[in-house]
Amino acid sequence: MDTSSFISMPAQFIAALIFLLAAIAFVAFNVLVPRLFRPIRPDQEKLSNYECGERPIGGPWIRFNIRFYIIAIIFLIFDVEVLFIIPWAVVYRRLYSELGMLVFWEMFVFLTVLGVGLAYCWVKGHLEWVFRDKLAEDKSKTLSS
Amino acid sequence: MNLGELALYSIVKIAILFPLVMLSVAYLTWLERKLLGRFQQRLGPHRVGPFGLLQPIADGVKLFFKEDIIPTNADRILFILAPVLSMACALMAIAVIPFGPSFQLFGYDLGRVQIADVNVGLLYIFGITSLSVYGVFLAGWSSGNKYSLLGALRSSAQIFSYELTLGLSVIIPLMAVGSLKMSGIVDSQADGFWNWWILSPKWLVIPGLLGFALYLISAFAETNRIPFDLPEAETELVAGYHLEYSSMKFAMFFMAEYVNMITAASIATTLFLGGWHSPLPLAPFTWFPGWFWFAAKVFVILFFFIWVRATFPRFRYDQLMHFGWKILLPLAMLNVFLAAVGLLLAG
Repeated sequence: MDTSSFISMPAQFIAALIFLLAAIAFVAFNVLVPRLFRPIRPDQEKLSNYECGERPIGGPWIRFNIRFYIIAIIFLIFDVEVLFIIPWAVVYRRLYSELGMLVFWEMFVFLTVLGVGLAYCWVKGHLEWVFRDKLAEDKSKTLSS
Repeated sequence: MNLGELALYSIVKIAILFPLVMLSVAYLTWLERKLLGRFQQRLGPHRVGPFGLLQPIADGVKLFFKEDIIPTNADRILFILAPVLSMACALMAIAVIPFGPSFQLFGYDLGRVQIADVNVGLLYIFGITSLSVYGVFLAGWSSGNKYSLLGALRSSAQIFSYELTLGLSVIIPLMAVGSLKMSGIVDSQADGFWNWWILSPKWLVIPGLLGFALYLISAFAETNRIPFDLPEAETELVAGYHLEYSSMKFAMFFMAEYVNMITAASIATTLFLGGWHSPLPLAPFTWFPGWFWFAAKVFVILFFFIWVRATFPRFRYDQLMHFGWKILLPLAMLNVFLAAVGLLLAG
């Protein structure tokens, strides 16, 4: 007898919630209880940031590659795509019996548009991580010729 | 069954499963060190207890009593919140994994060895596991250290990039079963290994195999394992986002990583390798209980994780991004197309 089929869906989420409470209790134990047992002997050197044993140079607010920002934006677009594809995949067989090939072509068009989007990013060089110095390449070409 | 009984049953199941999961996390670290030792022709841990079996417990006790250092320049609240978030998110995903068939305890039928069989099972897992990127990024940012920040940036960009492939690679079981429910996906793979979605029937075998390969590769990247362990990259970033962490906070990041490994292996087992079903519906195979087969399959995948760690060097960062965006993502989109065509041909 499979009892899980008797239980309504919200009740299953209650079980997940109880698990969340157990997880939080475990994590809270790990954060709070060792505090009672461990030694606390801070000093200035110990509390400075680790930089391979040297005095840290400058602060943590450094410049970083703008590529990370671009990748995050491209990710956002494609993640929404995944969000659309998963519900489509789940109802694919059921809808096929009602709508026929329309279900297939709809997603085909959707994926094609996104494929073109990916190709655009690719061609524009948004997926490159190493800067290609075309000026230097041209110079070396003219020098060698 | 009323709500009180349900709550009681789930508490009993959690009380059984939670220690088991934590124990397997502890012994996964032992297994990894032991196997890595063997791969490199050393012994691995062997002093603490027989075969070094008490090593994980000794490590746990040591980390528990260690001094906890929070750098003066760190953002204290976020610094403490980050490992909490990582660990809690890693654990939450365990709740919907079906470990075994219905079981009985003291004459009570407790249902499946699964804490919550929610109808959006797979989406729930994706939702929860992608939250773990907050833990990583907050840790890197709040440490007040430039190496941590760089590690966190790399890590989040990597997790983003491979999450897309991860989401698209599981399309075959979803399309064929027509449900996101983990128990439904497992039930569809009963009676023999030819029903597992890795060897999907007829024309589906290509998207099945390809989907499994894509899932496994992106799972390596999601769990920051070699060859995708760029966020840690000892030689250039010292230790990446958990550089400033010590004591139990460090242990929590460590545990979260291993819990994530177990989750990834369990999901691969559930979606592609038939979950807790035995490979053949014949006598010697059916003697073993469902949880044995589940554990065996998860063990094989975890062994593969460790084997890969011992075999491959680390990617360079541009290689990692090229691989994720220019090879895996187009392949994953092609796989969706192949799965749709395959299902039409298979009827």
